Amino acid sequence: MGRYVLRRLLQLIPVFIGTTFLIYWLVWSLPGDPFAGKCGDRPCPEAFVAAMTAKFNLGDPVVVQYGKYMMNLLQGDFGITFSGISVGDRIATAYPNTIRLALVALAIEAVIGISAGILTGLRGRGFLDNLVLVTTLFLISLPVFVTGFVLQIVLGFELGWIKTTVSESPAPWGQLIVPGFVLGSLSMAYVTRLTRSSIAENRRSDYVRTAVAKGLPQSRVVGVHLLRNSAIPVITFLGTDLGSLMGGAIITEGIFNIKGIGNLVYRGILSKEGVIVTGVVTLLVMVYLLSNLIVDMLYAVLDPRIRYD
Amino acid sequence: MSANTEQSIMDSEGAEPVPGAPLLEVKDLFVEFRTRDGVSKVLNGVSYHVEAGETLAVLGESGSGKSVTAQTIMGILDMPPGHIMGGSIKFHGEELLKASDKRRREVRGSGIAMIFQDALSALNPVFTVGFQIEEQLRLRKGMSRKDARARAIELLDLVKIPGAKRRVRQYPHEFSGGMRQRAMIAMSLALDPEMLIADEPTTALDVTVQAQIMDLLKELQVERNMGMILITHDLGVVAEVADRIAVMYAGRIVEQSDALSLYRKPGHPYTKGLLESLPRLDQRGQELMTIKGLPPSLLKIPTGCPFHPRCPMVQDVCKTDVPPQHRLMPGRMSACHFAEELISE
Repeated sequence: MGRYVLRRLLQLIPVFIGTTFLIYWLVWSLPGDPFAGKCGDRPCPEAFVAAMTAKFNLGDPVVVQYGKYMMNLLQGDFGITFSGISVGDRIATAYPNTIRLALVALAIEAVIGISAGILTGLRGRGFLDNLVLVTTLFLISLPVFVTGFVLQIVLGFELGWIKTTVSESPAPWGQLIVPGFVLGSLSMAYVTRLTRSSIAENRRSDYVRTAVAKGLPQSRVVGVHLLRNSAIPVITFLGTDLGSLMGGAIITEGIFNIKGIGNLVYRGILSKEGVIVTGVVTLLVMVYLLSNLIVDMLYAVLDPRIRYD
Repeated sequence: MSANTEQSIMDSEGAEPVPGAPLLEVKDLFVEFRTRDGVSKVLNGVSYHVEAGETLAVLGESGSGKSVTAQTIMGILDMPPGHIMGGSIKFHGEELLKASDKRRREVRGSGIAMIFQDALSALNPVFTVGFQIEEQLRLRKGMSRKDARARAIELLDLVKIPGAKRRVRQYPHEFSGGMRQRAMIAMSLALDPEMLIADEPTTALDVTVQAQIMDLLKELQVERNMGMILITHDLGVVAEVADRIAVMYAGRIVEQSDALSLYRKPGHPYTKGLLESLPRLDQRGQELMTIKGLPPSLLKIPTGCPFHPRCPMVQDVCKTDVPPQHRLMPGRMSACHFAEELISE
């Protein structure tokens, strides 16, 4: 296991360099003048452009720029925007909101998805099964922005049950329930279906029959023998999903005006603030790679047949 | 053998044993599977009994109903699609089909235990072998973790798994096929059952390992004076361990006999066909005999004797009349119209 983790960590290095360089190159080589509109209606003064070009190493070839950027980054310096705001500070204020939203979404996915999946998986065909299948299909077919706007309009404007936007930072947990549901709805549907099919498949398996033949009570047969096996694909799915949820949700954060990382990167792109975009995306790449590694290790913990060495 | 059997009935102890009742008695068991394609009549009046210390081999092709009978005895039949249409299963004279779920659960494992064909899929892949043995001891006998672990090691020793102390912490996939089946046997013995049902315990194993497992089962059975039902389609396996044999065909018992007489003189054309289809060293070079045709679909069992479309001795009466169970001699019966003629041939 130890050697496997080390190997995986080493593998992260080329992946990390590849993805971040691609991002850096895309952002800074975008056609268009990074100084356009930075100085009101007039073009920026020569002196300002020259100073900024020097400060952001814009005169160097992209590879050199990237190298200098990475050196700073490895020392924990995310750089500053053109207007002199620290990117590190921006990330530090935005990220807690994204983490909160991700956790709320994950909790909703896990609790509702797994419960519905277990119930339908155990009962088999019937009204409940059909209801859940239709509902999940409905959720899967709806784009997130539709779910988001519909819930915002109905629950927020029409019924007045929720605040339509979450402007505070850090965002209060209560206000994140509906956005969390919107963000997690698609994965919740997948979790439900995954749990359902996993339970239904294992319910008739030989080892469940053995557990019954051993004279174990039904609660133990289902709660220990059946669930433990059926949980393997579900937990790995949830783990991977947490990785992508941590990457921020541009659409959901946009609809509910949550000041998270998705919001930050979206605004960064609009205002051509390359430092913000590269900084945030680099961080997200790291989070995603690490969460994938953790999921792979979790998989080995859950299923003893999988051994990494 | 019979004296030994009678002795063991008197010795046997159960929850509320009915004096003189056999350890296990199955009578006129009818089971059908209701599927989308129709009603499949899987068991059509199966009767057999097993005494303590005795091995009954149940022989038959796939789909003859031998496993379904065992699953119905254990109460692990998938229902639906399975439906028990009638009959009785008595354990120490206690009717199991009318017993409460709780009582049936008590009987499982401690009264009647079962081992399965494929130990790899029958053991839970994500728990250690030790855990799977210990959980019965902890839940059913209220043992502590430590005592249960010690007992699990003893049980693995009992089934001759080398290095039991280390093995108890391993997962089923870390065992070889034969060792896995031994672990399965150890698990089935955890609650000291009076009766063991072995459903094709050696089918998934190599020939050499098969013999070892059969020897082990036989040894344990004699030691513990257990009743055993050995389900198999392998006549070679049966010969050495079975006291009595029941041959099943299309959900019926077509012949029941003590092992020796059956091998000497089969009382049913189907049994005869099975014996003749065994490869024999003294008939090398000759073409192997086979039973022509296929087992009938249980959705549409032939009229009269279900074996008549494949029977070399078929007469008109076989196509119309279901043959009754002819009692050929004490403890020996055959469901063939011409059983007496076969025997006296």
